[in-house]
Amino acid sequence: MLYSEKVMDHFRNPRNLGTIEDADGVGEVGNAKCGDIMKMYLKIEDGIITDVKFNTFGCGSAIATSSMATEMIKGKPVEEALKLSNKAVVEALDGLPAHKIHCSVLAEEAVKAALFDYYTKHPELKKPEGLPDCATCGGDCCSCH
Amino acid sequence: MINVYADNAATTRVSDTAFNAMLPYFKELYGNPSSLYTLGQKSTEALFSARETIADCINCNMKEITFTSGGSEADNQAIISAAYLGAKKGKKHIISSAFEHHAVLHTLEKLKKEGFEITLLPVHSDGFVMVDELKNAIREDTALVTIMFANNEIGTIQPIAEIGAVCRERGVLFHTDAVQAVGHIKIDVKEQNIDMLSIASHKFHGPKGAGALYVRKGIPLLNLIEGGAQERGKRAGTENVPAIVGMAAALKESCENLDKNFAYVKDLRDKIARELSKIPHSKINGVLERGLAGTLNMCFEGIEGESLLLLLDDRGISASSGSACTSGSLDPSHVLLALGLPHEVAHGSLRISLCEYNTEEEADHIIKNVPEVVEYLRSMSPIWKDLQEGKREYVIQ
Repeated sequence: MLYSEKVMDHFRNPRNLGTIEDADGVGEVGNAKCGDIMKMYLKIEDGIITDVKFNTFGCGSAIATSSMATEMIKGKPVEEALKLSNKAVVEALDGLPAHKIHCSVLAEEAVKAALFDYYTKHPELKKPEGLPDCATCGGDCCSCH
Repeated sequence: MINVYADNAATTRVSDTAFNAMLPYFKELYGNPSSLYTLGQKSTEALFSARETIADCINCNMKEITFTSGGSEADNQAIISAAYLGAKKGKKHIISSAFEHHAVLHTLEKLKKEGFEITLLPVHSDGFVMVDELKNAIREDTALVTIMFANNEIGTIQPIAEIGAVCRERGVLFHTDAVQAVGHIKIDVKEQNIDMLSIASHKFHGPKGAGALYVRKGIPLLNLIEGGAQERGKRAGTENVPAIVGMAAALKESCENLDKNFAYVKDLRDKIARELSKIPHSKINGVLERGLAGTLNMCFEGIEGESLLLLLDDRGISASSGSACTSGSLDPSHVLLALGLPHEVAHGSLRISLCEYNTEEEADHIIKNVPEVVEYLRSMSPIWKDLQEGKREYVIQ
């Protein structure tokens, strides 16, 4: 099989699928031209991600990595979510085929983009150094991966 | 659960006739056709008979058939052979189309690196080469025109007889990759003015690993594989006798039932096309009335093809897509892009390719499940949400 059982499980039964109307942070990354777009919605209370939802246009691994990323940051402090790496997502999914690794990069970027949006909405909080603005970079995601 | 195999353009099930014809050649009649003793000569006879059958099906002389390992090898040999032949006369220009199979396109890229000049004719939004554009593209130094008989992804049948007539008139060799057409529509290399034609066994219920190349008498053929005198020195290597026997049996059966199968498969395909076209913002690629009977290629806006295929697989349906994710590259199908479809729409494509083994019940299963899966994927697609909220414009109305 192309994908591990875990990838197929998250693809078939995506966790935290949906949107949050009054989200504290929303991030959208990817490019329709490349075939994948992820949109992440965060609800944050007292520095804790209390809820997270996602919508994804993309292949099986794009949907599975989004789902896994939401599960890995839900209930966690913002500081911890900021440290989520694509590698951790891949490991949690028991691996991805080489040409699908970019999906996990996208999942990491979607979380970062949503957090960037959160910090932008809350200028009183100090934006962590090095947090990339994936959502508005305007670049072609394909060129990054 | 019902299982529906709807990827017959990728490969087909071996027919009972072909399978039974092959069986004796594994354990009883396993002799090498190059051997002189009786066991070997039985294999020689089997090859003779297979060659005759295949020649009959496309209306050529059996001496004009060379067996290969499949369609890709036949394409490679025909194109490289014609190119080198042309180069000897100072002709280093080749004309093809933008949506050929990679067996053709990659061979042309290789020749380009060797100094050949390649012109790829456009196929326009409906998926056809225009004969007038071919006429204009032919030059004094054109060595070869290679245009596929029918496209593998969208099924459109090219105006082969007219293309052949133009080439004949202008003294240019004409090769056609007929891998999708042979055994499915009537082929007559004489009437259709074809100089070279590629055949792949597994596309018409024959086994994999066998193919053939028709080369009109008088046209020299260069060999790609050195080593022995098989195929009159044009293709070394002990012949794959069981597969060749199976190929001939399958082709004979397909050609005998050509019209019947075409009508049956077309009815099934048209019914599916009619029902799936009811999905909002969907479109059929190519022109059904001018295409292969079994091929249906559609795009559904706002979704991606690989996830569509995986979910259809969960529901027992085997189909294919031109999305980038299924190809392992970042670009979607070159065929769909050649039709002028934007990337984001080409990513959401589905190819259903039927054969005479598919049933009405299977068609109904496809008709029930595709819309459900498309709707589910759209419900989680941020693109679809943007389209519906007017933040993004529909490409497919």
